[in-house]
Amino acid sequence: MEARLRTVLPDQELLRLYEQMFVSREFEERCAEQYTKGHITGFLHLYSGQEAVAVGATAGLHRDDYILSAYREHAQAIVRGADPRRVMAELFGKATGICKGKGGSMHLFDPSINFMGGYAIVGGQFPISVGLAFAARYRGEDRIAACFFGDGAVNQGTFHESLNWAQLWQLPVLFICENNFYGIGTEVHRSSALASIHKRTCGYDMPSEKVDGMDVIAVYRAVKYAAEKVRETSRPYFIEATTYRFRGHSMADPAKYRSAAENEMWKARDPLPNYAKRLIEEDVATREALGAIEARCRTSVDEAVKFAEESPWPEDSAVWEDIYV
Amino acid sequence: MSEMTYRDAVNLALKEEMRRDASVFVLGEDVALYEGSFKVTRGLLAEFGEERVKDTPISENTIIGVSIGAAMGGLRPVAELMTVNFALLAMDQIVNHMAKIRSMFGGQTFLPMTIRMPGGGGSQLGAQHSQSLETYFMHCPGMYVLYPATPADAKGLLKSAIRNNNPVIFLEHELLYNSKGEVPEDPEYSIPIGKADVKRPGEDVTIVAYARMSILALEAAEELAKDGISCEVLDLRSLAPLDEAAILASVRKTGRAVVIEECWRTCGLGAEITSRIYENCFDILKAPVKRISGLDVPMPYSRKIEKICIPQPVNIRQAVMDVMSGEY
Ligand SMILES: Cc1ncc(C[n+]2csc(CCOP(=O)(O)OP(=O)(O)O)c2C)c(N)n1
Ligand SMILES: [Mg+2]
Repeated sequence: MEARLRTVLPDQELLRLYEQMFVSREFEERCAEQYTKGHITGFLHLYSGQEAVAVGATAGLHRDDYILSAYREHAQAIVRGADPRRVMAELFGKATGICKGKGGSMHLFDPSINFMGGYAIVGGQFPISVGLAFAARYRGEDRIAACFFGDGAVNQGTFHESLNWAQLWQLPVLFICENNFYGIGTEVHRSSALASIHKRTCGYDMPSEKVDGMDVIAVYRAVKYAAEKVRETSRPYFIEATTYRFRGHSMADPAKYRSAAENEMWKARDPLPNYAKRLIEEDVATREALGAIEARCRTSVDEAVKFAEESPWPEDSAVWEDIYV
Repeated sequence: MSEMTYRDAVNLALKEEMRRDASVFVLGEDVALYEGSFKVTRGLLAEFGEERVKDTPISENTIIGVSIGAAMGGLRPVAELMTVNFALLAMDQIVNHMAKIRSMFGGQTFLPMTIRMPGGGGSQLGAQHSQSLETYFMHCPGMYVLYPATPADAKGLLKSAIRNNNPVIFLEHELLYNSKGEVPEDPEYSIPIGKADVKRPGEDVTIVAYARMSILALEAAEELAKDGISCEVLDLRSLAPLDEAAILASVRKTGRAVVIEECWRTCGLGAEITSRIYENCFDILKAPVKRISGLDVPMPYSRKIEKICIPQPVNIRQAVMDVMSGEY
């Protein structure tokens, strides 16, 4: 049975989840437009369709908890609190970007909000998350490390080595697998002998569960429970959130390997309209109130694009800066 | 001869060798159904089927380890690493295993395998996806390293690589995939490993280059010809074994050398080549050897500053003018 929304969170929080999902979607769709115009270059991996995972999970964590992710990470950074204007400027390669234009779409980072990076080498973030969790425990800090990754990443050596390590040293790491069923064009059952990814943790005696990643409330509840467990026990925990990316792997991928029927099935489960419907049905908000939230999100993304357009390019001398402390 | 892209030339070499030898098979991430992240393996699955064209998990070290085992077991694997950057995850199997096995086991076995990997910078892919690691491979004895500049060389060299009984690292430049050129149709056409190629003969300066840098060197040479400077462009093609004889012969003819490398300058292949020129041609050099290199920095994303980290034709022109003018 689905819980009534108001038994889970207060109205204001429930609406904030909607706002965060909407701004994420809006941001990604505007990125696609700016890429087509040639303002964003390089690889661009969009998150549209997966919003319920970043939003629900972030809501279930504390602000002090670390977040790490891969290269499809705009939403995770923004939802955690990164300034959309500086994220967009980063994607434009401008000096005002969140990494001064040096990182680009795949490499966002903002330690002021404990967003510890987007990594483009598949599996690179696993051991780094374990190390951050170790540092937190070592220094007696009350925080955990949340490590996001895709279904494709679970066949890297670092995945297995890090799961074992986190359990062996009893470190507060929350592993969150965003299973969107494809690593580029390869469907999960064609790359993993055990396609039910959360079951893989039994080799490390690590508790795990699977959650509907198209349902922001389900993700929130699962992550909140898991994060508290990790915090209390200083032991790792594993969540597999099943979800879908509505676009290709990157802007360069027309995603011809997925059938129209499959696309339709997942589009019907789009986390945004479904959550909006629930908010209205349970009298948390009117359609008009949601409309006002949506307008606010659009304005914020408009401002981000304008800021990025008007920002200066980095100086040539910047290439020699920030390499060593 | 027929005109085709560098991508299609690589593709054709793969198809011809797979038709010719049933022990040749292809493996890598997204090489089968998806036909390659750069579409280099297009049509392979349809023609050769699932047993010979294999999608793999994202497990680079094991892609190479499995290839080594398959080669030891009598097959002729052609592994694709999606980009050269991911070869760093496979360096254990490449350096500690592949390059050592024949010698360490006293010559009792051999590894007839090829590892293809696209690489190079210039597409705003950021620090982790824009590396030029050719020197990393050259540094390690026990394997060959090839890096073609043109479609004809790409086809001819890949065929030699696949037929060769040693492990071969076969680099492809991402920004050359769409470049076009005439390619011989003869299925027996191949380019020998270890032979550099004079892509443009000249009298005044030798420009030593490879892969995309050779294309830029040719552009620069064309411009310099208008100023009355005659450049000889030597395209290495094979980085290991290095065709030292060809380098020295050209420098002995011109008396001047400019070496272009896309990789980082420090301990780069340019330093190796420059040093061999000094060791062997000191007596006849009319000017110090000049190196043009990638900047010693992690590649920035922003296109505004990315371009200054990679050699441009204008840098090559300037270097040639410097060695000609005596103002080093
Ligand atoms: C070590 C390494 N190998 C290969 C790649 C190329 N690559 C980039 S994304 C990707 C697929 C990853 O899929 P998944 O983990 O499911 O994440 P998703 O893209 O679905 O979010 C691959 C193979 C890479 N970036 N790093
Ligand atoms: Mg995936």
